Amino acid sequence: MKHYLGIDVGSVSTNLVLINQRGELIRKLYFRSQGNPVLSVQRGLAELVRDFKDFEIAGVGTTGSGRQLIGQLVGADLIKNEITAHAVACLSVEPSVQTIIEIGGQDSKLILIRDGIVSDFAMNTVCAAGTGSFLDQQAARLDMEVAELGQRAAQGKRPVRIAGRCAVFAESDMIHKQQMGHPLEDILAGLCQALVRNFLNNLAKGKDLKPPFIFQGGVAANLGIRKAFEEVLGSKLIIPEHYDVMGALGVALLVRDESAAQKRPTRFKGFHLLKEHIVTTSFDCDGCANQCEVVELRQNEQVIACLGDKCGKWSNRIDGERLNKPSTQVG
Amino acid sequence: MLRVTFAHIGNSYIPLRALLSELGLEPVIPPLVSQRTIALGTKLAPEFACFPLKVNLGNYLEAIEAGAEGIFMAGGVGPCRFGYYGELQRQILKENGYDIEFLVFEAPKTHPLELWERIRKYFPRHRLFDMARAIRIAWLKAESLDRVDRLANRIRPQAIDPEAVNRLQERFYQKLDQAGLTVEIKAVTSQALAELNAVKIRPRPYSLKMLLVGEIYMVMEPRVNFHIERMLGEMGVEVTRTIYFSDWVRDQLVFSIVKPDWRRKFELLARPYLGNFVGGHGLETVAHTVEAGVNRWNGVVQLAPFTCMPEIVAMQALPKVSKEFGIPVLTLIIDEHSAEAGIRTRLEAFVDLLAHRIRRKQSKAGGRRFEALSGY
Repeated sequence: MKHYLGIDVGSVSTNLVLINQRGELIRKLYFRSQGNPVLSVQRGLAELVRDFKDFEIAGVGTTGSGRQLIGQLVGADLIKNEITAHAVACLSVEPSVQTIIEIGGQDSKLILIRDGIVSDFAMNTVCAAGTGSFLDQQAARLDMEVAELGQRAAQGKRPVRIAGRCAVFAESDMIHKQQMGHPLEDILAGLCQALVRNFLNNLAKGKDLKPPFIFQGGVAANLGIRKAFEEVLGSKLIIPEHYDVMGALGVALLVRDESAAQKRPTRFKGFHLLKEHIVTTSFDCDGCANQCEVVELRQNEQVIACLGDKCGKWSNRIDGERLNKPSTQVG
Repeated sequence: MLRVTFAHIGNSYIPLRALLSELGLEPVIPPLVSQRTIALGTKLAPEFACFPLKVNLGNYLEAIEAGAEGIFMAGGVGPCRFGYYGELQRQILKENGYDIEFLVFEAPKTHPLELWERIRKYFPRHRLFDMARAIRIAWLKAESLDRVDRLANRIRPQAIDPEAVNRLQERFYQKLDQAGLTVEIKAVTSQALAELNAVKIRPRPYSLKMLLVGEIYMVMEPRVNFHIERMLGEMGVEVTRTIYFSDWVRDQLVFSIVKPDWRRKFELLARPYLGNFVGGHGLETVAHTVEAGVNRWNGVVQLAPFTCMPEIVAMQALPKVSKEFGIPVLTLIIDEHSAEAGIRTRLEAFVDLLAHRIRRKQSKAGGRRFEALSGY
C-alpha cells in the first residue's frame, strides 16, 4: 500500500510521520535531535522498516530548519518551510481555525488564517524566551520533568509576577521569588504567564487574534502555558491529537497531494542508503569574498549531499542533472 | 595622486570608480562586503548603531589595508542618523588609531559656493569640461547598471535556470567596470540586455509581483540583504526594487536643487497613514506600499536594519495600509546577527501565502470548488 513520509527536522526534535493515502496518521516518531539530525532520521527510518514489513513509500517531504540538508540526504520530493507545513496540518485537523499558536524547541510562530488560507504570520526573531528549550532548562534547574513543571504550574493559585522579557532575567527573578518563600506552583504559574505575555508582545503586536485557536508544538503539552494562554485570550485552545508532530504531518499531507497531481515516481533514495554511517563535515570555501560555509555529507568516503554554497560550485558537483535534484518548493 | 575610498552600496562602486578616476583621483575600492567586512565593522561600531554604519566601517578598514588615504562620504540632514555618520565614523576610526581624512559631501541647500570650494580643493581635474565628462561617464554606468538589473529581475522568475541570469549579471558588472569609453559602455550594456532577453524561459501558471521597499542601504546592497532579489526571483517572484542608484542620484542631488517638491507625490500617498517626513525612506516605504495596494501588486517586502528609526515608524503605519488595501506585507529586520536560514524560511512562507491567495482567486473565478489543501 502507498504511504507518504513527512520529516520535520527542528532544532530540538526530529519528527517522522507516516500517513496513508487517506491522510490518516499511521505512525509518528519523535526524537530529540541532540545536535545530530542525520542520526535521528536514520534511527527513525530504521524503526519504520522494522515495524512495517511491506509498504511502499510513494513520496517524502521535509520541513523544519534542517529541511534542505535532510531533504538532500533522503531524496525528498518536497522541501517546504515549516510555516506553511504547520498551517496545512492545522487546516486538516480543524478547517475553521483562524489563529495558530505554535511553540517549538527554539522558535515560536503565530499564523493567522482567514477563509482557509494563511493571511499573515510572525516568527520570533530576537528572543527565544518561552520556547521549549527554556522550559527544559528551568525544569532541569528545579530537578523535575518538563511535564511535571507544566502540571504544577497549572495548580498555581496566585501567580507571582515574573519578568519575562529575557529568559536569563526571568530565571533570576524566579530564584529571587523562591528565596522569598513563594510556593513553587505560584512561581511556575507566574513564569507561564510571563512567557505568554512575551509571546504576545513579540509576535502578536497589531494583529487580530480570533478564535478558534489551535495551540501546537512541543510546548502545547504544557498545562501551565495552555492555561495562561486561555486566560489571556479568553477562549479555549484546541490542542490537536498529534500536536507534537504537526510540521511533519503537514509536509506529509502536502507531498501526498503533490504526487497525486504530478504523477511522477518518488525521488526517495530508499532505506538501504540510510543504514550506513554518515559523516558531516564543513569547510569555508575560498573561491570568492562570500567565503561560504559549505556542509558536506559523506558516506563511505563519497559525498552524498552538499549545501551552503551560494554559487552552486560544490552542490552542483553532486549530480549532473541539476533539475532532478530536490530543491525547496514555494508557491 | 590622493588614494581615496568610499563605502560600498550595491554596485555603485562601478560608476563611482569611473567618476573619481576621471576627476584625477586614484580610487581604492574595498573588497566587496563579506563576512569579514561585517566582523571588522561590528568590532568597532556601537552595538545599537544601525547596520549600515557597521558595514561602512568594515569597508573603510579593508580599504585602509589596501592603502586608502581619504574617505568620501555623503552627508545629509534630517531625522535619520545617517547625516551625522561621516563625523561619527571619523571619530570612531580616530579612536582606534586610524587618522584618515574624511571628505564629506552634502547636497547644497543653502551654501552652493561652499560645495564648489570643496570640489576645487579635493579634485585635481576640476575644469568644467573634465567634470562634465566625469559625470557623464559615471551617469551612463549607473543607468546601465540599473537597466540591466531591472531586466534581470523580470527575466529571473521565468528562467529555466535562474542561476544563468545571475552569472550574466556578474559578467556584465565586470565588463562595465572595465569599460572606459562611452561606446564601450553602450556596447557592453546592449550586449548584456540582449543576452538576458535570450535566456530560456518557461511559462508560469501565474505571475507573482512583489515590491521591495524599505531603507536604502538594505534595499540596494545585495550582500547584506542575503541577495533577496535573487532569492525571490529563484522562487518565481518578479521583484521590483523601489530604490535604484540612478534614481536616487537624480532625486536627491538633481531634483532637490531644481525641483524642491519632488517628494510631494509620496506625501500625498502616505498622508492618511503617516503625516510626517520621518527621515530616511520611512515616508517612501508607506507611500510605495499604498501604491502597491492601489495597483494590485501581490505583496510587499519591507527591509530595515535593526534600530532604524524611520523604518520602525513606517512599520507602525503598515498594518493599517495592509488591511485597507488587502495587500500582504512582510517586514524583515536585518543586522549582523541575522542568518540566511531565518530570512529564507520567512520569504518562502510569504511566497506560499501570496501564491495561495492568487490560486484562491483563480479557482473562485473559474467556479471550481475550493479544496482546503490542494492549493498549497
